Amino acid sequence: MPTPPSTEDVSTMSSATLAHDETHDAHEGHHTSFPIDNRKLAIWSFIGSECLFFATLISTFLIYKDSHPKGPGPKDIFEVPLVTGGTAVLLFSSFFVVMALNGAQEGNRKKMLGWLAATIGCGLFFMGMQVYEFSHFYHEGLGYTTNLFGTSFYTLTGFHGTHVAIGTLWLITVFKDAVKGNLPPAKALNLELAALYWHFVDVVWIIIFPVVYLMSLRS
Amino acid sequence: MATSVLEQTHVAKRGTLASWLTTVDHKKIGILYGASAFLFFLIGGIEALIIRTQLARPDATLVSPEFYNQLFTMHGTTMIFLGVMPLSAMFFNFFIPLLIGARDVAFPRLNAMSLWVFILGGLFMNFSFLMNAAPNGGWFGYAPLSSRQYSPGLNMDFWVIGLQILGIASLAAGVNFFTTILNMRARGMTLMRMPMFVWTTLITQILVLLSFPVITVALILLMVDRTFGASFFSVGGGGDPMLWQHLFWVFGHPEVYILILPAFGIISEILPVFSRKPLFGYSAMVFSSAFIAFLGFGVWSHHMFSTGMGPLADTFFSLATMLIAIPTGVKIFNWIGTLWGGSLQFKTPMLFALGFIAMFITGGLSGVMHSVAPADLQQTDTYFVVAHFHYVLFGGSIFALTAGAYYWWPKMFGTMLNETIGKWHFWLMLAGFNLTFFPMHFAGLLGMPRRIYTYPAGLGFELFNMMATVGAFLLAFSILVFMYNMWVTVRRNVPAPADPWGGATLEWTIPSPPQEWNFTVEPVVAERDPVWAMKRAAGVRTLPEPTLDSGKGIHLPGPSWWPLVVAVGILVFFIGFMVKHSYAFPFGPITIVGFLLTAVGIFKWAYEAPDANAPKH
Repeated sequence: MPTPPSTEDVSTMSSATLAHDETHDAHEGHHTSFPIDNRKLAIWSFIGSECLFFATLISTFLIYKDSHPKGPGPKDIFEVPLVTGGTAVLLFSSFFVVMALNGAQEGNRKKMLGWLAATIGCGLFFMGMQVYEFSHFYHEGLGYTTNLFGTSFYTLTGFHGTHVAIGTLWLITVFKDAVKGNLPPAKALNLELAALYWHFVDVVWIIIFPVVYLMSLRS
Repeated sequence: MATSVLEQTHVAKRGTLASWLTTVDHKKIGILYGASAFLFFLIGGIEALIIRTQLARPDATLVSPEFYNQLFTMHGTTMIFLGVMPLSAMFFNFFIPLLIGARDVAFPRLNAMSLWVFILGGLFMNFSFLMNAAPNGGWFGYAPLSSRQYSPGLNMDFWVIGLQILGIASLAAGVNFFTTILNMRARGMTLMRMPMFVWTTLITQILVLLSFPVITVALILLMVDRTFGASFFSVGGGGDPMLWQHLFWVFGHPEVYILILPAFGIISEILPVFSRKPLFGYSAMVFSSAFIAFLGFGVWSHHMFSTGMGPLADTFFSLATMLIAIPTGVKIFNWIGTLWGGSLQFKTPMLFALGFIAMFITGGLSGVMHSVAPADLQQTDTYFVVAHFHYVLFGGSIFALTAGAYYWWPKMFGTMLNETIGKWHFWLMLAGFNLTFFPMHFAGLLGMPRRIYTYPAGLGFELFNMMATVGAFLLAFSILVFMYNMWVTVRRNVPAPADPWGGATLEWTIPSPPQEWNFTVEPVVAERDPVWAMKRAAGVRTLPEPTLDSGKGIHLPGPSWWPLVVAVGILVFFIGFMVKHSYAFPFGPITIVGFLLTAVGIFKWAYEAPDANAPKH
């Protein structure tokens, strides 16, 4: 609860208050108005912003998914089993990163490193799937500017892939810190921030998968 | 220890170039924002003067039609993205931490990065003039005019890439101030005790966070069209130019409120102080601001009534647009309610604040006229709409920012701007402004199209255009008076007291200019207008002059080069896309160098101890 205002000038408040603030800053981390860390709040607000980014890209894809006067359309080239596999791997990775975070918070280094490695592996697998998919589509005759379906598909999934790459890179740096022993439970937040971003990238794919791959096949 | 290590170190370093390039102090960053934005504002003003000189008389040929296109495009782009937005950012940076009783923003180095990305992006855009390739497709870059086919040169590349760079600065600042305001408030400062300017800033940042990604994607799509030959916006390839308009205005309409909400906040700080009574209807002000922001996302298509969206869409967007008049009206009545029965003091900041109310009402009324879709056809794309948005952007935002400049100058620089010159500035600006823009309503209703290079005699446009041009030079003269005022103030250097106006908010409890650590003792707040409460309790009108404390033991982040490195990296990365067509590979070496510079900068930044360069104590 807030203490009532001092009637004296703030700059001449008692030295006891000052001492308290010093202790506070030095040992307890900065005071925050909400019970949430600054960095976490920043990541959440950034994720909110990113939602609009992907919403716009997905809308653009929906407008142009049937625009393939020349070259292949969705039905001609989509490989649903392959993408389903990639989707499953990415889904599991969200669970893996939760386990890694749990290990970090418990101070269980082995658990943390193991699950983190698994998460990074999932990220790399997914990127590999996308590289395979893109080159396969290209050989099927769908270049970047062959038709608008292709342009909007590559732009949307390409940006998602870029996000996966950034997330994987982020997790790798956290992993490197953890190997060096620089990730004690008190610093588990460093992993949590990367994990939040990772969950977001996964969630976006959970929307892209049915909207882009499954719905396009139906139409 | 009489003087702390901290103070000695920082005093010794103050003023050197490196200290400004590496600063993470929100106050220095605010001053750099203000100085650079004012410079860009002057450039935009010179562009306007050339436009007005060309239009003063019929059949004039002062500039070529091509250069004229560049002038009005860059005037609009400059005033919005390099003038009004960063001038607001100056106040966010300098005053948000002071108003909420914080030592700094949540992410000081991110803040520095925003600044440098903004400055480099602005210089990059204006550099286009030196290459004789300034953007020339209008400030909203309508496709297909902005596509490679109709804008083949580098002109629109400068625009697309320049805006993309500036967007990064805005997003970074959005994340930063959102976090700062929600999380760094002084103990006891609940959301409903925050000063109004803090509220409108918070809502502005939410608008930035939700609308900038949309323009980012739109610009990416346009860049893909221009650079790789895709056809998102070209009908020939199955694309739809309407998509550009929708995406642009989904961003562009909230942007209007990004420009005006900070102005609302500044006015809401100034009116109570010079009326000697609290802001009338505080909660209504908060909710109306939020409601304006919410509605702002539902009205974007009122910029597109003339595109033939169909009666259903036109009706929806007409009604939604009319609704915006309600929360805005609430605000205006609350401002008048604040004045009502107050003991008014007509100091310069107050004059500009009152000027704001009158001018903004005028602009708001013609705005409501635009919401009527059938009548809109006569108003859009004529000088009527030019008159309207200058009344809200200049009569609104710039009057409020100027009011803020006079109000907060003593706190920022520790000196008082001259009152007499300030009043001259106000009356000249008010007269020049109205002489410039009021006749445009009539020119527009007579059918004078906007963006027109020249016009023949005999259509009835001559008188209104001559009046507007004379007004424009008067307006420019008033800005010179303002610059003279600043020069006189700097030369005379009369120290300002900590609390020259009898203020209500926390920034007035600390010395002018504030010490680097802002608050020697972190303030505790128990109600709105906390400083008035303190004065009431102490039975005084102004607080005793605060002493410059040594700041011993206060923890401040150290300066850092990495934000600047990252900003340069981002600039180089994007420049790479412009010269890309010289190389066979789509990502030329310049892009790769920029990417590596950015990546290295981010990693060095992430692993730099927050106080690596800070003095030890």
